[in-house]
Amino acid sequence: MSAERAATGRVALRAAPAEGRYARNWKTLRRHPLTWAGAAGLGFIAGLCFLGPPVYQTAPTAVDILHTLRPPSAAHPLGTDELGRDVLSRLMVGGQLSLEVGFAAAMTSLVIGIAYGLAAGYGGRWADTVMMRVVDLLRAVPGLFLLLFVNSVFKPSAALLVVLIGFVAWHPVSRLVRAEVLSLRERTYVEASVAAGASRLRVALRHLLPNAVGTIVVTATFGIADAVLLVAALSFLGLGLPPPAPNWGAMLATSMSYLPQNAWWLVYPPGVALLIAIVSVNFLGDALREAFDTRLRRDL
Amino acid sequence: MTRLVLRRAVEATPTLLLLTFLSFVLIHIVPGGPATAMLGDQATPELVAQINHALGLDKPLGVQYLIWLGHLLRGDFGYAYTYHETVLRLIITNLPRTLTLVVTAIAISHLIAIAVGIYQATHRNSWLDHVLTGAVYFLYSMPSFWLGIILVSIFAYKTGWLPAGGITNPTDAHPSLGARAVHLVLPVATLVLLTVAGWSRYVRSSMIEALVQDYIRTAEAKGVSRGRLLVRHAFKNALLPLITLVGLSLPILFSGAVIIETVFNYPGMGLLFWDAAGSRDYPVLLGIVVIVGVLTVLGNLLADVLYGWADPRIQYD
Repeated sequence: MSAERAATGRVALRAAPAEGRYARNWKTLRRHPLTWAGAAGLGFIAGLCFLGPPVYQTAPTAVDILHTLRPPSAAHPLGTDELGRDVLSRLMVGGQLSLEVGFAAAMTSLVIGIAYGLAAGYGGRWADTVMMRVVDLLRAVPGLFLLLFVNSVFKPSAALLVVLIGFVAWHPVSRLVRAEVLSLRERTYVEASVAAGASRLRVALRHLLPNAVGTIVVTATFGIADAVLLVAALSFLGLGLPPPAPNWGAMLATSMSYLPQNAWWLVYPPGVALLIAIVSVNFLGDALREAFDTRLRRDL
Repeated sequence: MTRLVLRRAVEATPTLLLLTFLSFVLIHIVPGGPATAMLGDQATPELVAQINHALGLDKPLGVQYLIWLGHLLRGDFGYAYTYHETVLRLIITNLPRTLTLVVTAIAISHLIAIAVGIYQATHRNSWLDHVLTGAVYFLYSMPSFWLGIILVSIFAYKTGWLPAGGITNPTDAHPSLGARAVHLVLPVATLVLLTVAGWSRYVRSSMIEALVQDYIRTAEAKGVSRGRLLVRHAFKNALLPLITLVGLSLPILFSGAVIIETVFNYPGMGLLFWDAAGSRDYPVLLGIVVIVGVLTVLGNLLADVLYGWADPRIQYD
């Protein structure tokens, strides 16, 4: 460094990080026990749902009316349901849809929330006031009411569910992103960038967004857990993913009818799978929160 | 205080108006009106038109909205299409049941959350602290309907200790208060277990934060007793954010009530909404959305008032 300075007679102004931009966060993340717990849990569930069916070749919709509501046995490791269908294969195939729709819905709400939050936080006072009024309004309506209503009107499908949850669940994201932008936009590097003639869009995308990445990644992770839960809840209420393809929420709804027969093998497998998936994602979210050192608290 | 209430009421008015307008438009632009839901297979264009005319659904949307709003402001929520009752009566019957459920759950949940949170904060890193933290984490991620199903399967079907659902015994014409209370146990327990997780986590962390403050050391040096120190000095300060949190979590509690009322077949606002959504009973749906919106706004206002009462440093002007 000093040799370089002597040679060129100039101070090297580049504060080029020897490691990548997020190297330190990555390091904390790798060392966090919750990262590994979360990854293991999620790996287990994903493996079960996506790698399970090719290995365990039993059709999830094969009806066998001679063997209905059978407890776990060698032929059916998790028993059979009210139509004699194999619970394990329904669990695996149903998980695919539950996880995919939850993930896609969370990403949709994330994209909407980020765009909205950026626009509100950096779009000027007037836009901010109006846009946040809309968010206040959405906060006053329980999201489930809105979803129940719209789903009862349209024929539910996986794609529709993704769009609907995306449109209902974006507002917490937008609030967090906006709050982050409000504090970031006062930083000197933003001022410098504006002084250098950068357009508002460039400032927003090049400076504000990358610096809000911690908030965004953490919110996104918790958002996935919430969306998976929401999809399951709607399907449980009969207004989510349509039959006959199995999904965890609908499986649990069916299990309620067979509680008097004590068909516990219908109650526990989908619930445990759902719980492992959600706990694992929450573990990852907490590890990420510490890695990015955001003082983000979850909305309850 | 009066000024705060008035100011918040003025602020809330446009929000609530917008809420009524948007939900009205949303409900009416979606395809498949109540006529098709009522008629089912027998729907012919003539019959649908006849019903739509009778219900006033053939008028322009703006006109329909103003008529509905005018009635609403006079306390008339309209007549439910499918229940043969006014919406107001339906709400008056169902709302107290949901409020009983939610308010009881909030109260019990708070007592437990505060006790658990304070214990954990004062016994940090003890084995019980770790066990409780783990338990709370799992409860926090627990799907509410699954928890409800498990409780029903154990306490209603396996042991037969408690009823599986409903609000009273169907054969009981004049149910006693005790019979009603017994029916509340499982739904309330489900809601408590779900909310206690988040709140106790919150109490724990804000108590830990409060306990390292200078004023705690000062009080300790003055010889304040341990119990008084915890309750009067530390907890009172740790409590503040909890109040706001409850106000903010009202919509989520209502959402939770929908699921729990369905699991336990508990006839409150959630079950009413779910039924009405199935039959597209617009006046009922709108009435519930308006009531829940108003309750949320009121809940937040109440939280602000309590906040000012708990923390004299806060001055509303």
